[in-house]
Amino acid sequence: MMQRLLAVWHARNLEFVRDRGTLLFTLVVPIALVVGMGIVFGGPERPLFKVGVLSTHVAQESHPFLHERYVDFVPVTDRADAIRKVGRHQLDLLFDPKDGAHYWVNTESPKGYIVEKLLLAADHGAVREPVTGSAVRYVDFLFPGVLGMNMMFSCLFGVGYVVLRYRKSGFLKRLHATPLTPFEFLSAQVLSRLSLVMLVTLILYCGVAPIIRFHAAGSLLLLLLIAVMGALSLIALGLTIAARFSSDELVGGVLNLMTWPMMLLSGIWYSLEGAPHWVRLLAQVFPLTHILNAARAVTIDGAGIYQVAPDLAYLALTALAFLAFGAWSFRWRID
Amino acid sequence: MSEPILEVRGLKKSYGTVTAVDGVSFAVSGGVCFGLLGPNGAGKTTTIEIMEGILSATSGEVSYRGEPLGRRSREDSGILFQKTALQDFLTVRQSLTLFRHLYARGHSVDALIKLCALEKLQNRDTRKLSGGQQQRLLLAIALANDPAVLFLDEPTTGLDPQARRNFWELVQSIKASRKTIILTTHYMEEAELLCDEIAIMDGGRIIAQGGPRQLLREHFAEVLLELPKQEFPGSARALPLRLFEAGELIEITTDDLDSTLRSLMDARVPLTNLRIRPPNLEDLFLELTGKALRA
Repeated sequence: MMQRLLAVWHARNLEFVRDRGTLLFTLVVPIALVVGMGIVFGGPERPLFKVGVLSTHVAQESHPFLHERYVDFVPVTDRADAIRKVGRHQLDLLFDPKDGAHYWVNTESPKGYIVEKLLLAADHGAVREPVTGSAVRYVDFLFPGVLGMNMMFSCLFGVGYVVLRYRKSGFLKRLHATPLTPFEFLSAQVLSRLSLVMLVTLILYCGVAPIIRFHAAGSLLLLLLIAVMGALSLIALGLTIAARFSSDELVGGVLNLMTWPMMLLSGIWYSLEGAPHWVRLLAQVFPLTHILNAARAVTIDGAGIYQVAPDLAYLALTALAFLAFGAWSFRWRID
Repeated sequence: MSEPILEVRGLKKSYGTVTAVDGVSFAVSGGVCFGLLGPNGAGKTTTIEIMEGILSATSGEVSYRGEPLGRRSREDSGILFQKTALQDFLTVRQSLTLFRHLYARGHSVDALIKLCALEKLQNRDTRKLSGGQQQRLLLAIALANDPAVLFLDEPTTGLDPQARRNFWELVQSIKASRKTIILTTHYMEEAELLCDEIAIMDGGRIIAQGGPRQLLREHFAEVLLELPKQEFPGSARALPLRLFEAGELIEITTDDLDSTLRSLMDARVPLTNLRIRPPNLEDLFLELTGKALRA
């Protein structure tokens, strides 16, 4: 028995080692993830509270509150926007040290309650400005993120593996013998997956929203448009990965390399407010970041099409670019 | 014979240092069944895939009705690959409908089902078809656009004898409609039955070309004698005869049966299991290449 087991073990190892693309990605993906997570989440201990600070040009270094430990003081310039973020729990407190300290705190925020105690201990004369309006629940922040994540997996893995299976089985070679063009084939795959993803997303939205009492402040039609544009961009990205490769493990590695950074940096679980500037810049590359930014702007802030137009434009451009690249690099058969 | 519908000129295909097709040239007239014969690795599939337009040649050219291969040749071609997978979870009818819709013109799905005797299978999942049924479906798919040229790449490899004969009957009925058929096979019986003209390939080159009967006449003005190898004495191998080994048999071709038999008897070769038959294409291949066809 052991001889047979070892023979199969050896043959499988040879297969794995000789598939260089797969080997490379099997090694690169975990290393890249560990290094990436180390860079993003490493460094000194994370602060517990996030406080926006206005009037940073004032010599606020002298204010004792700004020396508190475990508080991340984030410079802000737009007061109205910062107050809105306090209302949404994205900032625990907003502090302006100028002309007698003022601060804005969400009266329904537990973290705001504690950080207010810290401020008053440092400066009991600070003037309180309670933020009006209902606080954004975490579930209201999370729900678009979860829908976006589901779309991402369905678009990338659904399309990537299906095209790979077609290529490996020879079905693509058979289609190649017909007048069907790569663009027609890829467009059909995009439309098929788009219909499926939209149907699933709609069912999830309609089924879950009433249960968690989720209410979109803005237009549902605009939300639908964001979902369509986002799905198109992600599906086209999946097609660029599936356009050439013929190894399951290699495609799996590349798809993981795409999905994990988006999982961590696109703001599915938490806001990237306070993250290093380069991390926020990097996050802007991912289509999922723009989907979630636009979706949350509509559901939480009630944004209209002009506010989310830059995100929509980015999604449209990436969809076109990925589809064009996929059609250009597409291979019908394994050489 | 009508004008050439397909012309192949100086075709070469290399994969790195390996040359799969090495300067092949031939022309196929409209309405004939043209067979590319040869052992595995002879370059038949590479040649036919370049003719189909799905594989590019390293050098040389293929023209269809005097024009380079392109959309017109693709619209006019029907192809049955050596190995083809279909989309999962589709029935026979749904698979045919899919391929029918990829062409601007062609047979109706019902006509295709009838043509390839798929009536009883039309609602069956394609993954649940037997080998012979699968080939009939793939032939129906190849006929979806009512092609002027039908490429069949080793269409009966792996089929049982009954399924193979059923398939040959289908191809013969298609031949009767004067379609041009390009067939690759390593079954000589298949080539003799179906092909009007053949090219025998070996090592990426064409080593003989013509009508099957014409080629046999050119190379054999004689009959063929078969004797079991184990009964053939070693000393008799030195006889001045045209002698070939073919598996467990010794084959001798001769145009003078009487003197050959006398020579064998003089050499004390047992003739109890002697078999005399006319030569076939397989013998021709052995004659030309000196090795067994299915090796």
